[in-house]
Amino acid sequence: MWQKLKSKITGMTIVMWTIGIVTLALVVYGSAVTLISGKYTLKQWIDFLIFGLAQGGIYALIALGYTQVYGVLKMINFAHSEVFMSGPMIGYFVATDLYHFNYIDTHPYLSILIVLIVAMFVSMSVAVILERIAYRPLRNAPRLVPLITAIGASFFLQYFFKGLFGSNIKVYPDWKVFLGKWVVFGQPILKIQIIVFFAAVLLMAGLFSFMQRTKTGKAIRAVSEDKDAAALMGIDVDSTISFSFALGGMMAGAGGVFYALMYKQVFFLMGFVPGIKAFTAAVLGGIGNVPGAMLGGLFLGLFEAIGPNLFLDGLGIPSPYQLKDVIAFSVLVLVLIFRPTGILGERLAKRA
Amino acid sequence: MNGKDKGKVLEIENLNVYYGAIQALHGISFYVNKGEIVTLIGANGAGKTTTLRTVSGLQRPRPGVVRFLGADITHVKPHQIVKEGIVHVPEGRRIFSALTVKENLEMGAFIRTDKRSIQESMEQVFDHFPRLKERLHQLGGTLSGGEQQMLAIGRALMSKPKLLLLDEPSMGLAPILVEEIFKILQNINAQGVSVLLVEQNALMALSIADRGYVLETGFINIQGPAKELLTNPRVKAAYLGGS
Ligand SMILES: Nc1ncnc2c1ncn2[C@@H]1O[C@H](COP(=O)(O)OP(=O)(O)OP(=O)(O)O)[C@@H](O)[C@H]1O
Ligand SMILES: [Mg+2]
Repeated sequence: MWQKLKSKITGMTIVMWTIGIVTLALVVYGSAVTLISGKYTLKQWIDFLIFGLAQGGIYALIALGYTQVYGVLKMINFAHSEVFMSGPMIGYFVATDLYHFNYIDTHPYLSILIVLIVAMFVSMSVAVILERIAYRPLRNAPRLVPLITAIGASFFLQYFFKGLFGSNIKVYPDWKVFLGKWVVFGQPILKIQIIVFFAAVLLMAGLFSFMQRTKTGKAIRAVSEDKDAAALMGIDVDSTISFSFALGGMMAGAGGVFYALMYKQVFFLMGFVPGIKAFTAAVLGGIGNVPGAMLGGLFLGLFEAIGPNLFLDGLGIPSPYQLKDVIAFSVLVLVLIFRPTGILGERLAKRA
Repeated sequence: MNGKDKGKVLEIENLNVYYGAIQALHGISFYVNKGEIVTLIGANGAGKTTTLRTVSGLQRPRPGVVRFLGADITHVKPHQIVKEGIVHVPEGRRIFSALTVKENLEMGAFIRTDKRSIQESMEQVFDHFPRLKERLHQLGGTLSGGEQQMLAIGRALMSKPKLLLLDEPSMGLAPILVEEIFKILQNINAQGVSVLLVEQNALMALSIADRGYVLETGFINIQGPAKELLTNPRVKAAYLGGS
């Protein structure tokens, strides 16, 4: 009995559990000290929380694109950051035009809808063209080849947009209706963050029910699982793959507009950091899994917004918010150690 | 003979298929008449799966011709071949394990649009396989092996095929279940679907087939009416356990 147990405990598990327990202890200790010290007021915690939700919603929208593509092609589309960037970049020109015609002030909701549709369409087109030109010819190549191509495509798109529109930071016009705060349960909260969060959730719910209910959604899931078997059902595998790139692109384009509304600016490299974060979120949730990407995005956003102040402040680290990226990637490493499939990944073992 | 000589539904001519430098099929030719059950038997690695994959467009012959109802479909894409009326139940069942039984059946009807007639086909599938109805909302991956085979066949029927290709439906199933499934295949055939059945279980396959072909390392060496093959000394020695 004891012998059996002993043979199961390897050096690796001991190292893993030590890392886990030490991290947990630090987190608990740090949080306790922070909370007891009362450095942050309730209002501040709520601000962090709402910001985290909005940021997380954006991560989740981008993460869906990684997951959709991974689902059907089992590859990481590293150019997805640029799919995300392209929509709000083109959207910027539409937005400034609308602004100059004073349309944003007179018809704020219609104009944001126009910008959103343009951005989603642009990101969708970039994603679809990318698949058609760069990835489809490599469908049967060794896995490393499309990966390198994706990185190349990422640079190509960055500098293509830089070449077309310059490298300067472009400032989005203000939507007056989204400025300021709402008071919810006596707490003033930034309007834009609430709007972004709910809009993101709405889009995700739409995508989720599309994947569950429609014939095309089911076909995407079938292709994700077994391309040959899907083809034998009469499913056009190529166009189904295109379609999942399109869906991922649309979500990223919308996320890009929300990002532009929150941070007010766009430029050709804007996709890099959110792209990597969203990729982290997708892995966190379980890559290939749609609800996982949503959950992973929200979780990462919240973690980043609350984590640094909560865990690190109490440990006496001077400017914890500077370390939010460290937190994000530490979470990734820990999840990969303890649950390599991510939160919701591959729960169902495939039967032969 | 109940309309089994109304012409050929499938015609294979001089099929050569390669995997890289390895030649898996060496110029085989055979045919399936309308309404027939034809079986292709052979040992491991004979090229049975390759033959079916070539008929359904997943593999390309060089050279070779596949004709369906007189039309050359050699270069038609797999998903369009389904529209022509050929459906392929692949080796190992390959059901979608993360989709429910119902969704699997819906995917089988992917090429069809009329909701009402799809529903009717689903009822027909349940007539053949009542167990699928009980498990309608269960994930495909949670079904037993036998149920998965039923789902794979049921899913294929959802496309309203004229020709059903089956790759070792008996694989890994208890003998009693194999008998049940083969009986259902006969019922399906009686409803007008031609069947090309690939099997290692030669005895079972020949007992329900009209004609058979024996595939050996990429060549068709023996062929004839199933009854004759059952008594053929070479077939008996190599595929029927010598009895
Ligand atoms: N993807 C592949 N790459 C290389 N060779 C292959 C491939 N698939 C099959 N082969 C080879 O082609 C030959 C025929 O294989 P095939 O799968 O058609 O045989 P089979 O009759 O279906 O066998 P089994 O009864 O074991 O399913 C075999 O020699 C096999 O090794
Ligand atoms: Mg085989």
